[in-house]
Amino acid sequence: MRSQIEGSQAVARAVALCRPEVVSAYPISPQTHIVEALSDLVRTGELSPCEYLMVESEFAALSAAIGASAAGARTYTATASQGLLYMAEALYNASGLGLPIVMTIANRAIGAPINIWNDHSDVMSQRDCGWIQLFAESNQEAVDLHVQAFALAEELSLPVTVNMDGFVLTHAVEPVDLPSQAQVDAFLPPFEPRQVLDPGEPVTIGAMVGPEAFTEVKVLMHAKQMQALDVVPRIASDFEDAFGRGSGGLLRTYPREGADTVVVALGSVLGTIDEVVDELRAENVDVAALGIRCFRPWPLEEIRQALQGARRVIVLEKAFAVGIGGIVGQNVRLALSGLPVPVFDVVAGLGGRPITKRSLHTLLADVLHERIEPNQLTFLDLDRELVQRELHRVSQSPRSGPHAENILRDVGTVAAGSH
Amino acid sequence: MFQVRIHGRGGQGVVTAAELLSVAAFLEGREAQAFPTFGSERTGAPVVAFCRIDDSVIRVREPITEPDALIVQDPTLLHQVDLFAGLSDDGYLLLNTGRSFDDLGLGAFVERFDVDRCVTVPATEIAREHLGRPLPNAALLGAFAALTGQVSVDSVAAAIRERFSGPTAEGNVTAAEHAHARVLQAGRASHA
Repeated sequence: MRSQIEGSQAVARAVALCRPEVVSAYPISPQTHIVEALSDLVRTGELSPCEYLMVESEFAALSAAIGASAAGARTYTATASQGLLYMAEALYNASGLGLPIVMTIANRAIGAPINIWNDHSDVMSQRDCGWIQLFAESNQEAVDLHVQAFALAEELSLPVTVNMDGFVLTHAVEPVDLPSQAQVDAFLPPFEPRQVLDPGEPVTIGAMVGPEAFTEVKVLMHAKQMQALDVVPRIASDFEDAFGRGSGGLLRTYPREGADTVVVALGSVLGTIDEVVDELRAENVDVAALGIRCFRPWPLEEIRQALQGARRVIVLEKAFAVGIGGIVGQNVRLALSGLPVPVFDVVAGLGGRPITKRSLHTLLADVLHERIEPNQLTFLDLDRELVQRELHRVSQSPRSGPHAENILRDVGTVAAGSH
Repeated sequence: MFQVRIHGRGGQGVVTAAELLSVAAFLEGREAQAFPTFGSERTGAPVVAFCRIDDSVIRVREPITEPDALIVQDPTLLHQVDLFAGLSDDGYLLLNTGRSFDDLGLGAFVERFDVDRCVTVPATEIAREHLGRPLPNAALLGAFAALTGQVSVDSVAAAIRERFSGPTAEGNVTAAEHAHARVLQAGRASHA
C-alpha cells in the first residue's frame, strides 16, 4: 500500500515483512529511527517470532548477528559511520564465514572532525570487506532493496549491505509503496541455511586455516561474490515480475545510454542529477546519468559497456581516499582501461554539504568548457579562501593550532548545521 | 512544484509541521516530500524543515533555497536567522505573532510582497487556547491552507488525526480550523 512515510519507518516495515528472526543493533544517528521502529514492531508482536537484541556496541551487534546467523536464523542489523568502523573486524568474519546477514547503512561521514551528516565515507572505508554493497536512490528503492537483499544474501550465503543516505533518505517523508506480507512471503522463501550450528549434528564454523589452504578459501570467497553479478540482475528482474516495479539491479542509466557526457554517481543524489540532466538536455546538451546500484561486486563489464561510447565521464562521489583521490573514480578508470575516455573526479556532499542543482550546472559547464582538467581532483563548492587562510596561518606560526577549530572561527559558526 | 520552508525553534514542532503538510498533500493525491535539516538538535535552537508539493514524482533532494512560501513559527528568529533568503516578491509569508508587521518593524520590508500573501497569525495563543500548550504548528498549517490554497484544511485535519489521537489530535485540529477561518476572514476584510 502506498503511504506518506518516513524513510526509516518504511525500511523498518520492509525488514519486518522479511520476517527476520533476530535483530541485533546499537543505535547511532542517522540509523536510530530504523532500529527504534523495529524494536517497537517486536515489542508489539507485529514482528513475531523475532528476538530483538539491544547490545552494548556495534561490535557486539554484528558479533551477535554472526552467532544468530550461524545458528540458522534470518538476521538483520543496521548502523552508520563510526558504528560501521567499530564493526570492522566482525564485518570480515561475517563475509569470511559466508553468513547471509542483511545490514542497512544509513550513510554518514566519519570523524575526525566529528560530523553526523551524510556522505559515503563509512561504506567506502569498508568497501573491500567482502559484503555485497547495494545503494538506494529513494526510499522506495531502499524498501525494495531490503526485500531483494535477503533473497540475494541467502541464495549466495553472503552478507549484504543496503546503503541509504543518512538524513537525506532516512529522515525524508515521501510516498512509499510497501508490499503486503503475502507478496513478500511469496517472493522470499523461509531461510534455508547452507551451514548451521546444530547440537544434533555438530560442526565447526570458523576453523583456523594455514598457508596450505588460506588462498583457496579466499579465492572461493571472491568467486562467490562475483556470482552476485549474475544473481543481482536476476533477483531484480524477479522482483519486477512479482511487485510490478523496477528497482535494484547493477546499474541504471537516465534517460538512455550513448550520451556524450555521462555523470556517474551512487545513492540519493541521482534524483537531483536526473533533474539537471533533463534541464541540460532541454538545451541540447547530450548528457546522461549512470547510477551504480551494486558497488560490490564491481560490475566492471557492465560499466565499461555503459560508458565506452562517452566522450567524457564525470564521477561524482561522496567520499574520497586521502592521499590518492576518488574511490569510485578509480574503479571507473579500471572499467575503462584502454579506452580513450577522460574521467573527471569530483568529490561532493562531504559531511552533509548539500549538492544543489546550481552547483551541478556550474560543474557541467566547467567540464564542457574545459575549465577543469580530467584526472584533476575537484571538490564541488570548495571554499578555497578558507583553505588558503588556514594554510597561511600554518606557514606563519609553528603552533597554529587545530585546523577544524581555526576554520570554524573563520566561518563564525555558532552551532554547526547542514544548511 | 510548490516549495515551503518552515523556520522555528527546537520543540515547536517544525519538523512535524513539514511532515504533516506533506501528508495533507499526499491525501489529496499529490506528490510530496518533507525533510528536516538536522543540526545539534536541542530545545530552543533554530530549526528548518522543508516541504515540496507537486503533481509529478519529486526527484530533487537539495534544500529549498527559493521557497514559494515561508512559515515562521517563532518571530524572535527575525534577528538571528536570515529568514527571508530566497523568498521572491510573489511568495507567501506566514508569521506567527500576535503583532502586526508594522509593530515588528517589518512594515517597509513586506511592502515588496503582495499584501494578500503576507499574514500574521497568533498561532501560539490559538494553540494555548485549543490545545492547552504553546505549540503553534497545527494552527500555522491551518493558516497556510487558507493563505495558499495548496491543501485544504480538511486534509490538514486528516493528517493531524493520522499522526495523533485523542485530545491532542482534536485540540490541534481545532487550532488549525480556527487559524484557517481567521486568515480567510482577514482576506475577505482586506477586500471589503
